[in-house]
Amino acid sequence: MTAPLQISLAVNGERIDAYVLPRLNLADFLREHLQLTGTHVGCEHGVCGACTVRVNGDIVRSCLMLAVQTDNATVETIEGLSDSGEIADLQAAFRNRNALQCGFCTPGMLMAAQDLLRQRTAPDREQIREHLSGNYCRCTGYQAIIDAVETTARGRLERRP
Amino acid sequence: MKAAAFSYARATSVVNALELLAARGDDAKVLSGGQSLMPAMNLRLISPELIVDIGGIAELKGIAVRGDVLAIGALTRHVDLQRSPEIAAHAPLLTEAIAHVAHPAIRNKGTIGGSLAHADPASELPACMVALDATIVIGGQTGERRVAARDFFTGIYETALSADELLTAVELPVARKNSAHFFCEFARRHGDYAIVGVAAQAILEGDMFADLRLVFFAVGDRPALCSGVSKLINVAITPEILLNASTTLEAELDPPEDQQATASMRRHLARVLLTRCVSALLGRPVLAAGACA
Repeated sequence: MTAPLQISLAVNGERIDAYVLPRLNLADFLREHLQLTGTHVGCEHGVCGACTVRVNGDIVRSCLMLAVQTDNATVETIEGLSDSGEIADLQAAFRNRNALQCGFCTPGMLMAAQDLLRQRTAPDREQIREHLSGNYCRCTGYQAIIDAVETTARGRLERRP
Repeated sequence: MKAAAFSYARATSVVNALELLAARGDDAKVLSGGQSLMPAMNLRLISPELIVDIGGIAELKGIAVRGDVLAIGALTRHVDLQRSPEIAAHAPLLTEAIAHVAHPAIRNKGTIGGSLAHADPASELPACMVALDATIVIGGQTGERRVAARDFFTGIYETALSADELLTAVELPVARKNSAHFFCEFARRHGDYAIVGVAAQAILEGDMFADLRLVFFAVGDRPALCSGVSKLINVAITPEILLNASTTLEAELDPPEDQQATASMRRHLARVLLTRCVSALLGRPVLAAGACA
């Protein structure tokens, strides 16, 4: 049973059929098998948040999930959110406020921030901090990231019909 | 690091999972949400030969109220507990505690059964189960058995579960009239494992406790049900009585020392939590101001 197993899933809207070893985690499957290298691998034990992706609509740590567990699942990565334009305003706010420097944490940070913005239209700074508390950034000191998420929330509220 | 190679079996039912565990239990690990198991495997702290994935077993999911019992399936995720109106109504201690369990992306995968079976002494849910006087439901080849939460946790990462058994559900008594709860923990970062924490469930009668179950975590090898609080039951609590109880608590606990805190710091923090807990439950902030120097 250590032999490869067949999985079938949707990644960023595309149907994927693959054979994977049981030990392969979702982050490595996305990066090595599908060349979706926007999902970053940092600590590999669920602490840093750099590998955050969406599975069936919920954000998860892709280093703490096996690829075989995503059989029949819908997976969305930073490439999917970026290409569809879903987070174009959030990305612009990060850029404008210098909310990234080296960029390693940014894909995971954007995934977690967008998850919050889908749940709350007007989060306060404490709620933003709490939702991003599982994502490490070693460059920015976080203040600019909180600012960018707050600005994005405000912008979306203003644009609502 | 990456997990070592292993075989993988997707259980289709509880019966099927138990068959797999009966055949291979000693070499197998049960995969539920994986939020404790996967880090341990990635760090090569454990390298099981077989993973039995129970994630797709529908009969293990869900929250139900049956009479005065609140039943929670083992695969119920932390985020499901957090959002459940049944939990908020009948076990509000859990609703409050769950916000301290890790971070949103972890709570979307982690399950109550996984957390309890893992039995990390610094984690929140085992302590809540003891405070709420929960019953752990365990499936095995010969049928079901029930173990009181206070007897379920037997050591660091150790429980009453044997290798061929599966934790299938927990049962909680629904909160009685005049119930009150308190939860607080000290951690380096919100969502990290606690340095010291407390979960408490009380029944108030006027301005006194008719019952008080106070459970500390991260102070020993398992959740510590504090026996010294018997001094606080059915008495009008004064700062002296509270001080006396917290001195007893200090003697009762034998906390570990690690890179986060010394044993004496943990004792001190436990006293602070006891005082805060009692004053919050009684709605008397002045107790906390005087009793713990």
